[in-house]
Amino acid sequence: MERIPQAAPVIEFRNVAYALPNGKPLLAELNLQVESGETLVLLGRSGSGKTTTLKLINRLLAPSAGEVRVNGTASAQTDVIRLRRSIGYVIQDVGLFPHFTVERNIELVPRIEGWSAERIHRRVEELLQLVGLEPKIAERYPHQLSGGQRQRVGVARALAADPAILLMDEPFGALDALTRDELQREFLSLKRRLNKTVVFVTHDLREALRLGSRIALMEAGRLVAVLPPEEFVRSGDGLVAAYVQAFADGCELVANRGSV
Amino acid sequence: MNLLHFFMENREQILELSLEHLWLVGISTLIAVLIGIPLGILSARWPVWNRPVLGTANIIQTIPSLALFGFLLPVPWIGERADRLAILALTLYALLPVIRNTYTGIRGVDPAVIEAGRGMGLTGRQLLLQVELPLALSVILSGIRVAVVISVGLATIAAAIGAGGLGEFIFRGLAMVNNQLILAGAIPAAILALSADFGLGWLEKRMRPR
Repeated sequence: MERIPQAAPVIEFRNVAYALPNGKPLLAELNLQVESGETLVLLGRSGSGKTTTLKLINRLLAPSAGEVRVNGTASAQTDVIRLRRSIGYVIQDVGLFPHFTVERNIELVPRIEGWSAERIHRRVEELLQLVGLEPKIAERYPHQLSGGQRQRVGVARALAADPAILLMDEPFGALDALTRDELQREFLSLKRRLNKTVVFVTHDLREALRLGSRIALMEAGRLVAVLPPEEFVRSGDGLVAAYVQAFADGCELVANRGSV
Repeated sequence: MNLLHFFMENREQILELSLEHLWLVGISTLIAVLIGIPLGILSARWPVWNRPVLGTANIIQTIPSLALFGFLLPVPWIGERADRLAILALTLYALLPVIRNTYTGIRGVDPAVIEAGRGMGLTGRQLLLQVELPLALSVILSGIRVAVVISVGLATIAAAIGAGGLGEFIFRGLAMVNNQLILAGAIPAAILALSADFGLGWLEKRMRPR
């Protein structure tokens, strides 16, 4: 059930392959379109090529074959620094600059882009509120924050220069279940308020079903299927079904334990 | 009490030679820092440079100091004056800790931080100046600290080629079998080394990222 995109895709993979410098292939024949305003979840086990796919979008990696187009232009033809500044990037380890306060972390790109001090200040306040942090946290250093707070700052930093695209690489993977749940809920409300195009990497089916408008399942460097969540759970495709089954078994186990 | 008396009597000369000593160490450390940090950055950024740069610095370190002074004697402009010679030799010895710690410091920055910085669209230069160097600073400073402490000791040998410094007392004392003279060189040298170690150690602690 291919959906026909109404407008030009924001991100497009055309026959993309990626191999390591030593020749080991990580991705092959990847064709994928991400539409404006959707949350596309890249789902798959470790080593399936999800993160590689994500890094091809902001050109932290360059494809060995084929092309990646962002906003209609092949990313090989755009200034890579400009490209990256127009795309927000959030990773599991957050990667906050430990020597900067929360405020400096968030304002780094706007500052480099030459925003006025006043505009930057307003933006930081606005972003902290947006991700549910108190203004007083702006003066703190990353090591003084909890894991959940750190990831919120990571999201605020990625949104600082108001990019239209947001790439998230297992952003909630290292958090405890309750904090993860909280951040997923906030992600959804954030998503409703800001019309961003999001590509979200996870190996957690529950997270994928909850957050994704479409789920792209990857396995061994290939795209298996791209389906909306409701079709994903009912799909007859062997690999998709296996993924769903493994997840369902986990839930059943919990349910059975509960009843004993 | 004899020693104290000796120190008081010769305080002017002790002070003069201490300052000379400090100058030899200071200027050579400064040059080593100016050369060593860029070389450290070079080898951290482009791994091909790692082996030749660190290898050369390592080899220099293994040359006995007296022999190094001898090797440098025939070098045109350098060999003409003893203090130039001493400064060059001390600079060469100070290079290894500075280069190695710059390299280690930059390589030790959390990969997630680098990845986030690159993903945000920092240029290589911005990443280096705003992220990598500030985070490597305390490690680089500890390299400079090691270089200074080594230099204070080595600089006493510079007196053997007439470059001055506290070594003059030591060599004179050795020749005259006079312990007071030896101590007049050794004690101020030890004080210099310890205070440099303490001062730079304090600075290093303050610069350490949390």
